Amino acid sequence: MSTLHTINKSPYAHNALSSCLKVCAMNDGILLLEDGVFGALISAPGAQELQILIKHGANVFALVNDIKARGLEEKVAPDIKLIDYNTFVQLTLDHRCVQSWY
Amino acid sequence: MDHASIMIFSLAIYSAPYSSQASYTAYQFAVALLSQGHSLHRVFFYQDGVHNATNLAAPPQDEFDLQKAWQQLAKDYQLDLVVCIAAALRRGILNEGEAKRYDKASHNCAEEFTISGLGQLVEAAAVSDKLISFGY
Repeated sequence: MSTLHTINKSPYAHNALSSCLKVCAMNDGILLLEDGVFGALISAPGAQELQILIKHGANVFALVNDIKARGLEEKVAPDIKLIDYNTFVQLTLDHRCVQSWY
Repeated sequence: MDHASIMIFSLAIYSAPYSSQASYTAYQFAVALLSQGHSLHRVFFYQDGVHNATNLAAPPQDEFDLQKAWQQLAKDYQLDLVVCIAAALRRGILNEGEAKRYDKASHNCAEEFTISGLGQLVEAAAVSDKLISFGY
């Protein structure tokens, strides 16, 4: 089974997302939350790598509350799924372990 | 894994309120998991996370009061909110016993929060199906 990576730092200011992408397996999940949701932008650093990972089967999610709080609804890259806290809880159960990057 | 079954969670919080969003995220995660019927074995406040436990914070009345929310959640679900003692003493979070021990004039550990050792985090990791960290 796989790992759920949570990232709560903006890729414009921190390397949490790029560090995660270096070790993320194809069947892992990535959840962007708090300022980490800036990683969901089409223009974000690491956006291309994220899209490649998605094409190879990884699931990428972003917490919808944090996306809305920052006004990013219209700017989210394709195939990044917007989820709520209930789905966040379910994701932690669907993966063997949770790795928090911060 | 049977997703319909009740799972045991514990949360570790490393961030002070207001210095990052992490403790608020942790609170909302706790509310969601409890509303789904899962069990929350312990919430462990470590490093700057201990600042969540001061009863001297006085946020504006029109703002969400995270500490009150934790206290209410603890009452509603009989939660074990544990503050790391080593992290707490360094940052001036004291209960009555520790204030006496260190000869301090007052104490400020809020109701529903317990000061205890790092072993409580280890125990939580051992007992729970999932330990979720909320970093600063």
